[in-house]
Amino acid sequence: MIKHEHKSIIVQTVCSLLIPFIMVFALYVLVHGHYGPGGGFQGGVLFGVAIILQRIYLGREAAVIRFPPVLAVVFAAIGLLIYGLAGVVPLFMGGDFLDYSALPLFWLQGAELRSTGILIIETGVFLGVFGTMVLLFDNLIGERW
Amino acid sequence: MKWVSVLLMVLFVGLMLYSSTGLPDRADPEAPANTHVSPVYIEESVEDTHTPNIVTAVLADYRGYDTLGETVVIFTAGLACILVLMKRKTDDKA
Repeated sequence: MIKHEHKSIIVQTVCSLLIPFIMVFALYVLVHGHYGPGGGFQGGVLFGVAIILQRIYLGREAAVIRFPPVLAVVFAAIGLLIYGLAGVVPLFMGGDFLDYSALPLFWLQGAELRSTGILIIETGVFLGVFGTMVLLFDNLIGERW
Repeated sequence: MKWVSVLLMVLFVGLMLYSSTGLPDRADPEAPANTHVSPVYIEESVEDTHTPNIVTAVLADYRGYDTLGETVVIFTAGLACILVLMKRKTDDKA
């Protein structure tokens, strides 16, 4: 279905222009979660959409070079690992599970540290959702990637 | 048999409608759900976490365990998708 590059020059130009902006906007949504609508889930979906759009317009051969399908699983697993470590590491520093105020970032403390902990786990969620989105697309499309 | 299930359904609908009259009104400040932990979140979350967005503070800090579970669910869904849909070597002939 999407073995080859899309033939229309309009589609190619618009997609190649849009994708970087979608990626930057995804990162904006991720870090804006503290101050308004946003967060890891939404940002991860947006970043995944950017990669999926690239796969649709570039075709399989070129898209696989830019973002290998194996990387999706790796990113999702790394995201989950970040979240899990943010939960387990405070246990060894004398805090509770997922108690960000006990994270070993010694130049921060109290509420600032908890704010940073929220950003850390949002990054984990971001990577997990982003990897899973690309993974689902690669498998549902039914091609051998 | 069909009439038994219809009768049971009507009974349950009646029971649900009857019990819904005992629920508190929407946005009632005196409702039990609004007097337990919600005031603490609203009053202290900015001071506790320096996060102006209360939703994020609750989602990622106070209820971080839930969000961990959600992320695991998403990841597991992806892995299940791989296991079910991945093309195996034996499919190459087709």
